[in-house]
Amino acid sequence: MIKRSLWAAAAAALVLAAAGCTDPRSHVQAVYVLVDTSGTYAAEAGKAQLIVNYLLGTLQPGDSLAVARVQSRSFSEKDIIAKALFDQRPTQANAQKRAFREKTDKYFRTVRGSAHTDITGGLIQGAEFLNETGAGKKTILIFSDMQEELDKVTIRNFPISLKNIRVIAVNVTKLNTDNIDPRRYLGRLEAWQKRVEGAGASEWKVINDLDRLDAIFSKS
Amino acid sequence: MTNLQSWMIWPDNNVASVLVLVLIAMAGLYAARAPMHGIIRAAGLALSGALRLASRWLFAAAAVMKERNKAVLLAQGRREVGQRIEREFERVGVLVTRDLQGYPVLQRKLLESITRIEEDYKKCGEVPPPPPDWVEAVAAVAEIKTGGGEVVQKILDEIRQSVERIHEKALGEYRRAYEERHDILENAQPFWRSIEKTLKLVDKKFSDLADNAAAVDTQMKKYQKIAAKSDEAETILSNSAFTQFNISVIVMTIALGGAFVNFKLIALPMSEMVGAGDYITASLRTSEIAALVIILVEASMGLFLMEALHITHLFPRIANLSESTRRRMVWISLTLLVILASVEAALALMRDMLIADKQALVQSLSATAPAAHTEGWVGRIPTAGQMVLGFILPFALAFVAVPLESFIHSARNIGGSLFADLVRMLGFVLRVLGNLTRHLTRLLLHFYDLLVVLPLMVEHLVRSVRSGAKMVKSRRLDSTGELKS
Repeated sequence: MIKRSLWAAAAAALVLAAAGCTDPRSHVQAVYVLVDTSGTYAAEAGKAQLIVNYLLGTLQPGDSLAVARVQSRSFSEKDIIAKALFDQRPTQANAQKRAFREKTDKYFRTVRGSAHTDITGGLIQGAEFLNETGAGKKTILIFSDMQEELDKVTIRNFPISLKNIRVIAVNVTKLNTDNIDPRRYLGRLEAWQKRVEGAGASEWKVINDLDRLDAIFSKS
Repeated sequence: MTNLQSWMIWPDNNVASVLVLVLIAMAGLYAARAPMHGIIRAAGLALSGALRLASRWLFAAAAVMKERNKAVLLAQGRREVGQRIEREFERVGVLVTRDLQGYPVLQRKLLESITRIEEDYKKCGEVPPPPPDWVEAVAAVAEIKTGGGEVVQKILDEIRQSVERIHEKALGEYRRAYEERHDILENAQPFWRSIEKTLKLVDKKFSDLADNAAAVDTQMKKYQKIAAKSDEAETILSNSAFTQFNISVIVMTIALGGAFVNFKLIALPMSEMVGAGDYITASLRTSEIAALVIILVEASMGLFLMEALHITHLFPRIANLSESTRRRMVWISLTLLVILASVEAALALMRDMLIADKQALVQSLSATAPAAHTEGWVGRIPTAGQMVLGFILPFALAFVAVPLESFIHSARNIGGSLFADLVRMLGFVLRVLGNLTRHLTRLLLHFYDLLVVLPLMVEHLVRSVRSGAKMVKSRRLDSTGELKS
């Protein structure tokens, strides 16, 4: 009887171990933070540091995080300010988080505004990064007023792919023109929702109250 | 509605149509009455028969199970009581060996004391030397009348004086002799006490022996009852099994609480060893499984230790090992347990360090003033407590083997008993269902007859008319016969 129970326990352990070996990365998450540094929004960069700090405190060992800027043309690895795949060991992961924080802190203190805003390029770059991580849960956080302004040469009016990625627009500030006619603000957000969902994103959300980030990144 | 209308023979006259349809159906049902009755009876019989058969089989199976449970219960009881008797005999043996081994010494001591007391007694009995006989002669001389002679008077005075001196000397010797006897008696007091003490010791040892003998006697009576397979013994053992089951469940629940605390202590630091990012399911990390495995390994080591120490008897193979191998096994399992306990203590320390590191990181990220830390030895108490817990809990868990054994043995009896009751209950339910089916069959037959009540009434009428006609005919025939004769 006991022998049989021991065999059953061993078999269960093997099954669990096998299950664990099959898909080790499906439960980790990857977050790509796009920070708009164009025009007047550059002044909001200090708040972006708060979000990065929040993410550093929330993400677990094995998760990935990247912070990139949105400039005149953002589809480039050069625009990634800092990125990290946190170590499996908590102590190492904590050390990585400290280094990450220092790097982003340094950047946000000396941030300079750009002439144009290429949010689409940043989204494509972010999707590329997230797909490479192979994480089970992929998120792009856009810290921007969502007003895209491209120069005449830059081409972004083509379909993009954001399959299985949730896109969250954070701290979407209202422009002066939005205050005159709020429909512009609402229309802008609606247009982005349509574009993002059309690109295959799993979710589109706008969060202006940063306290609500808790509900999104807390481990369920 | 349209479908219903299509069944109407005269769509304009529903009542007439329904009436005709009912009559047709009735006629059809009446025509099929005999075969339908046969089908209902056969189906009912088959179903009720099967149910009754199954019920009978279940009752028989329950009886067999009960017998088997009783046999297992009695066998377990016999084994347990046998072991207890064996243990009591061992105790008696130890007592007899220990006490009777020292008995000759005790006896010699007693004899010596008695001899010494006898000697002293004899010494006390010696009479002091009597005054010399000539004193009486001198006394007689002293009574001689002097007759007024000064010389004689002087001689007599001298004789009196010397006699008095001798008398005082003899009295002194007499007193000294008594003093000596008193001293002897005084010196004999410790020997009396020693004898009293020795006798009390002997009395205590014999009463211990008597108690053990009584315990053996009680166990033997129990054993005899079990061997006789009496119902009383079965009831006692059954109650005992229930008690054992409940106690072991309570103890094991407490042990589970301990295991949970243990798990919480080592789950976090295990992530430093096997990684924190590996998940087996969405909420179950590999590090948690690793921590669980360590706890289970500790429990297994504890189990082997208890087995090797002959405290539990779950594995006959271990019980049958030679003495040297068994001792080796004790040491191996104990060493492994100590190593695992040390690992746990280290992990508990690491847990504290990890939490402190995480707190420091969160504080640096939140950019708020750092919380005041308790410095010094007070701040180290939780760390030390965790380490001590981490070291002690594996050993505490090792003792789970004892209630586990009780649980396994009592669960067999209780499970068997409950299963037999369940089978009996199922048998009863099937029996009820069988009876219900039989009655339902009868009910169905009556209901069928109710549906064809009109044709049946006609049939009865026709039959009664026919039987009446037959009776008339037979009477006629009878009467014509009588006439002919």
